[in-house]
Amino acid sequence: MNIPSVKELVSAEEWQVRTDLAACYRLVAAHTGMLVIWFTTLIVNMRHMLYAATLLPYVAHLPARWRWLLGFLLTDETFAVVASYYQRNPNPPYGHWYFLGSGLAMYTNWQAWTLVGLLFGAVFPQLQSLGLDFAMVATFIAIVVPQLKRLPQLGAALAAGCFAYVLRGLPYKLGLLTAVFIGVAVGIVLTRGRKLEESRQEAAA
Amino acid sequence: MNGMNGMNGMNYSVMILGMAAVTVFVKAIMFILGDRVRFPPLLNLALSFVPVTVLTAIIVPMILAPHGKDMELDWHNPQLVASLVAVAVCLASRKQLLTIVAGLAMFFAWQMWMHV
Repeated sequence: MNIPSVKELVSAEEWQVRTDLAACYRLVAAHTGMLVIWFTTLIVNMRHMLYAATLLPYVAHLPARWRWLLGFLLTDETFAVVASYYQRNPNPPYGHWYFLGSGLAMYTNWQAWTLVGLLFGAVFPQLQSLGLDFAMVATFIAIVVPQLKRLPQLGAALAAGCFAYVLRGLPYKLGLLTAVFIGVAVGIVLTRGRKLEESRQEAAA
Repeated sequence: MNGMNGMNGMNYSVMILGMAAVTVFVKAIMFILGDRVRFPPLLNLALSFVPVTVLTAIIVPMILAPHGKDMELDWHNPQLVASLVAVAVCLASRKQLLTIVAGLAMFFAWQMWMHV
């Protein structure tokens, strides 16, 4: 039996409308996929807003083109280096040059090695099992450990580490973000508690 | 990604450019708008905890579950052993470069030894 196709059953005008609609659906579907990807990009990179808010007091006085540039160059690694630099030097006159140097070094290094991996990665199939990312772990340990002298910092880091581990299965780095918020809350509570304790001791003395 | 079936090369370029734009926006927007706002003291206190918490939160899962699955809390995990050494060296010496070099050396030595 010969089943007639839709095209044979409908008028030429209706067929035109149907094909136009189908094209529209495809377009919307493709763009919805794109919107989802852009939104995911936003969520995955959300922690950079925390980085920027933390470093803001040190760059707020700079001209806008400087702030765009430093924002563009802000990465996990540059934040690690620059935040610890500003902690050690609260008011450096040329701090933004330090920021720029770190950002440029990290950014070009990152791009260069990405290119090397793209071009020659297939030659070293074992590369992923070498654990080269441990360099980042060792560097962050060297940056974080000296900052844990005070109890609020230690408590905040312990809480953030525990929750980052427990929530590591969450998508879009949401586990990381949640862990940071919990760690920060613990740090605030410990700071407040310590201040209360001090004022009580003063009142008793 | 069912919706991506209709994508061609041009669309992928638009998608990647859009991702780049979103990323730069997320990173720079605070710096750009920030000179007009003044944070309350509590927010400043909160932000002072961002470096230690975020850096710790990034590395702890890499140390405890380096293969992204279950916890590997034993001596066969070179990430864990080398991290403990790095923390010890950092506490004892207070030298950043020494900490990094000692941690990396321990990591690769331990990994090689485990594979023998």
